[in-house]
Amino acid sequence: MNNILVANEVSKQFGSHIALNKVSLEIPKNSIYGLLGPNGAGKTTLIRIINQIIYPDQGAIFFDGKPLQAQHIAMIGYLPEERGLYKSMKVGEQALYLAQLKGLSKSDAKIRLKYWFDRLEIGDWWNKKIQELSKGMAQKIQFIVTVLHEPKLLIFDEPFSGFDPINANLIKDEILQLRDKGTTIIFSTHRMESVEELCEYIALVHKSEKILDGKLSDIKKAYKNNIYKVGLGLQSANGLLEDLKDKFEILSSEYVDGGSQLNFTVKLPSDDTGPFLSHLSGKANVNNFMETIPSANDIFIRTVQSK
Amino acid sequence: MGKLALIIKREYLAKVRNKSFVVMTFLSPILMVGMVVLIVYLTKINDNEIRTIGVLNESNYFSTDFQGTESNSFVKFKGIGLEAAKDSIQKMGFYGLLYIPNEQDLEQVASRSFFYSKDAPGSSILNNLENVFKDRLRLQRLQELGVSVSDFESVDNNFEIKTATFTGEQNLKGITEIKAFIGGAFGYLIMMFIIIYGGFVMRSVIEEKTTRIIEVIISSVKPFQLMLGKIIGTSLAGVTQFAIWIISAFVMFGVLILVFDIDPSALNSGASNTPVLIGGAAYVAASDSAMQLYANELFRIPWIMLICFFVIYFVLGYLIYSSIYAAIGAAVDNETDTQQFIFPIILPLMLAIYVGFFSVFNNPHGPIAVGFSLFPLTSPIVMLMRLPGGIGEGGVPIWEIAVSILLLIITFVGIVWLAAKIYRVGILMYGKKPSYRDLLKWLKY
Repeated sequence: MNNILVANEVSKQFGSHIALNKVSLEIPKNSIYGLLGPNGAGKTTLIRIINQIIYPDQGAIFFDGKPLQAQHIAMIGYLPEERGLYKSMKVGEQALYLAQLKGLSKSDAKIRLKYWFDRLEIGDWWNKKIQELSKGMAQKIQFIVTVLHEPKLLIFDEPFSGFDPINANLIKDEILQLRDKGTTIIFSTHRMESVEELCEYIALVHKSEKILDGKLSDIKKAYKNNIYKVGLGLQSANGLLEDLKDKFEILSSEYVDGGSQLNFTVKLPSDDTGPFLSHLSGKANVNNFMETIPSANDIFIRTVQSK
Repeated sequence: MGKLALIIKREYLAKVRNKSFVVMTFLSPILMVGMVVLIVYLTKINDNEIRTIGVLNESNYFSTDFQGTESNSFVKFKGIGLEAAKDSIQKMGFYGLLYIPNEQDLEQVASRSFFYSKDAPGSSILNNLENVFKDRLRLQRLQELGVSVSDFESVDNNFEIKTATFTGEQNLKGITEIKAFIGGAFGYLIMMFIIIYGGFVMRSVIEEKTTRIIEVIISSVKPFQLMLGKIIGTSLAGVTQFAIWIISAFVMFGVLILVFDIDPSALNSGASNTPVLIGGAAYVAASDSAMQLYANELFRIPWIMLICFFVIYFVLGYLIYSSIYAAIGAAVDNETDTQQFIFPIILPLMLAIYVGFFSVFNNPHGPIAVGFSLFPLTSPIVMLMRLPGGIGEGGVPIWEIAVSILLLIITFVGIVWLAAKIYRVGILMYGKKPSYRDLLKWLKY
């Protein structure tokens, strides 16, 4: 079994609203998986089903090859989008409580909490109340509580919303280390650019349906459109642009630095850049030449539009 | 089970450690005592006001009457006209003027007398004045009939019919009311507990929603476990509070007895002597034995059974209501939105109390009392009011108790199931004030 989690045609309906329509997913072990889509697409519903907070109307979820069961709760760590802590409870007490609810023994939880508190340098917060902490501080605790029971699968819903950049980086590093130790991580977000660099696999969800999934690099390859950004250094405005416009599909162009620099984007007929580059040689200095790789967002928009 | 215990423990500690809870626990008895003292004090002040009343007596009667009392003092006018008397009364700021005209006989004098005052006089004043007239009139009529005062007083009697059940047990007048009152106290206790601690459960659910911890928790435990743990934990805190109050009441009572060296039996005999003052010497013996009978009757109330049933009805009733409270808490985002849902809960509770006090007191086994003691939302309160009368013959038929408990259990299962459904959906809904229709829809999710 190479997949930690498999969803098989999962559907969920709330009244007349279809929240999920036959969504199937395969989440490989030890990967970072991006569950992407706009607000209201059904991501949170799917995650809640995985966490057994709600149950699917149809379809099934398999965790590590077995149908999802109550005992799997202890193997999943979940940081919801709507996350909070008891305001009037002390930090340590609260962390212990949440850890015990996940099935850790009290003594075990204490040892692990001490390790994490020291690691994130918050050891002296143990007896503070949550209401004395800033939002960023509280989020560190939420993160610790999520990962404390060493789950096989970690699910982060909108993980970086509300994190300040320093904490966001800290958490990002911790997540990467957890991945290296064998944990599978699901990121769910509507801000696709925020997790794109981290994800190995993605699934795009739109209007309750999965519209695309797979390895991010494969998807990008498939969605590559041979558009290149080119910057040329010119001796003078020598009619090169007109010449190029005749022979290639120029999407946009502009002169900068008083006409000494020409920037343009060009769409080539194939991914063979040879003919284009040899056409340029001798006519101008190629200052930069870069393929525009579609972002997950671009891919999403194109997929939605093509449907 | 381990998780449920964890939740109960947390909810209990969260409640018990709460500052306002601690303050209320120790302040409430003081406040209660203070309240009683204040009410007594205020009533006294109210009565202490001495009203001065002018008396313009032109007749030949009443010359020795109208002596000042605790609340009234009388000023007698002589030799001035009615209008002049009225003027001077107003100038001097007196409460009113009693005018007694000069007529042929007492009857006419009485019927023509007037009381003038700035605004409508209070009933206690009028009663005082009227009693003076009544006494005089009675005396005169007795004389006309040739009956002596002592003869008249011997005519007056304090007859009460004796009652007994068919099995020969002697019944005592008012014992039904006393028993219903004891039951009422239990019922009232249940109502207060439901309203106070149900509210705590609701607020605790709302707190989890507003702090957004709810989703973190229900990814670890089932919503039903959380709801149940919350209800149990909160009610244990409530039981703790009640226990502290009862114990502190006993301690305070004990301290009072020690400090002031009061003989507890003196309190009892003092109470039993009260009716003697009304009747006469002949009444003392009768009253003593009556008190004895009342005491016997109270001892004969099946206390153990009553407390057992109290626990059963209390637990079931409280669980039903508090799970509704939990569902309401889950449905809304803040406390102000709860009003529309709270009212329908309070309604059956109030109904139970009022029906209990008006209907059960008069007729503990009448159709209304029976109906409400079977209906599950009112039975915990109404049935407890009926139970001190006993079970079986002469009391609540056993089948009624069985049916009411059965209905209560069925309702309990049903309501908790429905409430858990609303709770499960509601805790994940933010930013929308739900309508009843929404709640119905949630049941189908």
